[in-house]
Amino acid sequence: MNDDINLSRMRDAAFTEDVEAQSGQKVSDCYQCGNCTAGCPAGFVYDRQVNQIVRAVQLGLKDEALGSRSVWMCLSCSTCSLRCPNNIDVAAVMETLRHMARRENRVAAPKVENFWFSFLDTVRAFGRAYEIGTMALYMLRSLRIFTDLDLAPVVFKKKKLGFMPHVVPHGGAAAVARIMRRYKERAVHERVRP
Amino acid sequence: MRIGIFICHCGSNIAGTVDCARVAEISTGFPDVVYATDPVYTCAEPGQAAIEAAIHDHRLDGVVVASCSPRMHEPTFRRTVERAGLNRYLFEMANIREHVSWIGKDRDANTNKAAELVKMAVAKLRNNRPLLAKSFEVNKKVLIVGGGVAGIQAALDCADGGVPVILLERESTIGGKMAKLDKTFPTVDCSACILGPKMVDVAQHPNITLYAYSELEDISGYIGNFTVKIRKRATYVNWEKCTGCGACSEKCPSKKTPDTFNELTGVTTAINIPFPQAIPKKAVISAEHCRQLTKGKCGVCAKICPTGAVVYDMQDDVVTEEVGCIIAATGYDLMDWTVYREYGGGQYPDVITSLQYERLLSTSGPTGGHIRRPSDGLEPKHIVFIQCVGSRDKSVGRPYCSGFCCMYTAKQAVLTKDHLPFSQSYVFYMDIRAPGKLYDEFTRRAVEEYGVEYIRGRVSAVYPDGEGAYVVMGVDTLLGRSVEIKADIVVLAVGIEASRGAAALAEKLRISYDNYGFFMESHVKLKPVETNTAGVFLAGVCQGAKDIPASVAQGSATAAKVLALFARDRLENDPQTAQVDTRRCVGCGKCIRCCPFGALKETTIRGEIKADVIETVCQGCGLCTTTCPQGAVQLSHATDNQILAEVNALCRC
Repeated sequence: MNDDINLSRMRDAAFTEDVEAQSGQKVSDCYQCGNCTAGCPAGFVYDRQVNQIVRAVQLGLKDEALGSRSVWMCLSCSTCSLRCPNNIDVAAVMETLRHMARRENRVAAPKVENFWFSFLDTVRAFGRAYEIGTMALYMLRSLRIFTDLDLAPVVFKKKKLGFMPHVVPHGGAAAVARIMRRYKERAVHERVRP
Repeated sequence: MRIGIFICHCGSNIAGTVDCARVAEISTGFPDVVYATDPVYTCAEPGQAAIEAAIHDHRLDGVVVASCSPRMHEPTFRRTVERAGLNRYLFEMANIREHVSWIGKDRDANTNKAAELVKMAVAKLRNNRPLLAKSFEVNKKVLIVGGGVAGIQAALDCADGGVPVILLERESTIGGKMAKLDKTFPTVDCSACILGPKMVDVAQHPNITLYAYSELEDISGYIGNFTVKIRKRATYVNWEKCTGCGACSEKCPSKKTPDTFNELTGVTTAINIPFPQAIPKKAVISAEHCRQLTKGKCGVCAKICPTGAVVYDMQDDVVTEEVGCIIAATGYDLMDWTVYREYGGGQYPDVITSLQYERLLSTSGPTGGHIRRPSDGLEPKHIVFIQCVGSRDKSVGRPYCSGFCCMYTAKQAVLTKDHLPFSQSYVFYMDIRAPGKLYDEFTRRAVEEYGVEYIRGRVSAVYPDGEGAYVVMGVDTLLGRSVEIKADIVVLAVGIEASRGAAALAEKLRISYDNYGFFMESHVKLKPVETNTAGVFLAGVCQGAKDIPASVAQGSATAAKVLALFARDRLENDPQTAQVDTRRCVGCGKCIRCCPFGALKETTIRGEIKADVIETVCQGCGLCTTTCPQGAVQLSHATDNQILAEVNALCRC
């Protein structure tokens, strides 16, 4: 990680263009003031701060940007986008980087991806989020059996968790499942990772 | 007519993509052309000499130069033909550089287009007539709008040069923003001590007439002969009688008037003199807060005034002055920083602007020069400065750098340490911009000798910690970590914008201004104090962000322009003005209504109403020409016949 960066060899201008095209944001507008990092509530678990990720994109350092755990720790709260003096939607850039990393099969924080799969599986099955289902699937996938288990009694007492899934009326669950199936088919057709 | 053609190579600028020799050869076939050549550099001395020689040798009475844009060298070549004895308007220019060689690579097409442009120029030239300028008297008196340091400097320099000056100031005292400052960077000398003597000079100079508490109502006329109307706002105090003793403000019972001179950090009385060194040192009543004027009951100041100067029923007074030119020096105001909700949006008493902090530092300020928190009056220990609040920020529509905040923040941090030796200052910055003389050394001294902690990064939020202090959440991008500081007072280096009312003034002066209200100079590098309206000059921050040394320099620069202008007794107008054909004119008056300069007036010729052009006022914009339903108004040097000749030359091949 601390190896010298040889810009003439490692610089990938096409990567910068890709990120700009896919996110719709002009990354070269950034003058590295750091306001995004200053407001980031997840910055304390980042391996690279947001402004450093944007810097990597500016310089076309693909490995630095896509290999970072930070893009997976991002909460998509968009505080960075709100604070940016240059009107860059930084959260959209982070989102784009996550998609690019997934398509290239290089997810730096697989557990985060596992959590998403678990969440999406319950949505596919019930048409809505099903918290306990998500938790159970995540525990199985990640093998982190006891993670956050200490919170369970408190949230049950406050009735924040229901044992049964929510029911979507008028066949909503099937409709959501159809949407997700169509998306998957298109991904296969376009040969990208769903 | 005998026309000579010069097709310039401009080195390789034109010759690179245009066959200049071929264009010259084609040109010999155009009507009336008796001579054509293609010099390498026509604008150089040998090139100009060649034009003069050709005029003599070939007895030319018209010249076409095909080269760069007329904005570049038309005046040059007009002087050349004039030296050879031709009228300067028997010259035409075809732009084959910006319009041809620089924008196309196809050599044949370029050559063809260049020849066509020359053909049009020849057609126009054949319809040209000699034009002669008219001269008019200059009123050698200058109006300066704005009594800040730039306006003061311009006023003193003009007055010392023997020019009568009218200095107009909106507030009740001159001095502008500089008068509010405690010290100035990089020498940390007292602002009032260096500005004060200049202000006194203004008051005492026999050539300067000062209108304080006054505004520009209306302007008409043109360079050399402007007529301005000045509204002297009601002060409710007869300044002829007022001695500035201050007895009135001591006794005034309305003691909760917001103190605008102190940037609202304190309160004052309804009748007051803004600060001890005020020029003119005269009292003014704030009509909104005076008990006599709002409730009709009080009259204490009138009773106490030893000279009986208070006049409660005073009205605004409009005076008219005649001047020869005008200097705008209206300065700046701070942008409305309350759009920054993350810094409290004006809700927290101890989050203040740098100008407010300056008043806290100043001995003439509300705290007598002791730094105290506005909320509880305690001395702060930890002070956080945030730079670029409303500068370099596209998201609030302020993309420009305000220029001097880096330096005054360093100065304020240094002064803070002087005032409170046990305090610690932090400065959040993006870049340090310190390009002036001794500036960078000064910012380094703040760090090295005064222990100011500079943090490279921005602040995302400021919020009260519930115990009287404020939590400042920021980032140190050099560290790559977010940082948190507990601050007793937060000072925002708020960015600047053009002075309120700047746009309205620009419209009255008929000068252009940018998106942010700053006045546009004539040329950003080579004509920095001139405007595109003849006789109107700019000084100080009204033209763009600059610090005191630059404002003073610009003030002196405008004075030099004024003195140069007034060195002549008469000025010549540009003869490219509108002309009325009285036989065609039906006297409808449309041209009079549409003229933005008031250059057309009604006249009676043999009992019939006709339009008439005041040639010294006409700027040659051509609005009247296009408005006239009869085609009776024609713009000299751009008549319908001349333009149609060009169109015919191009279209009837």
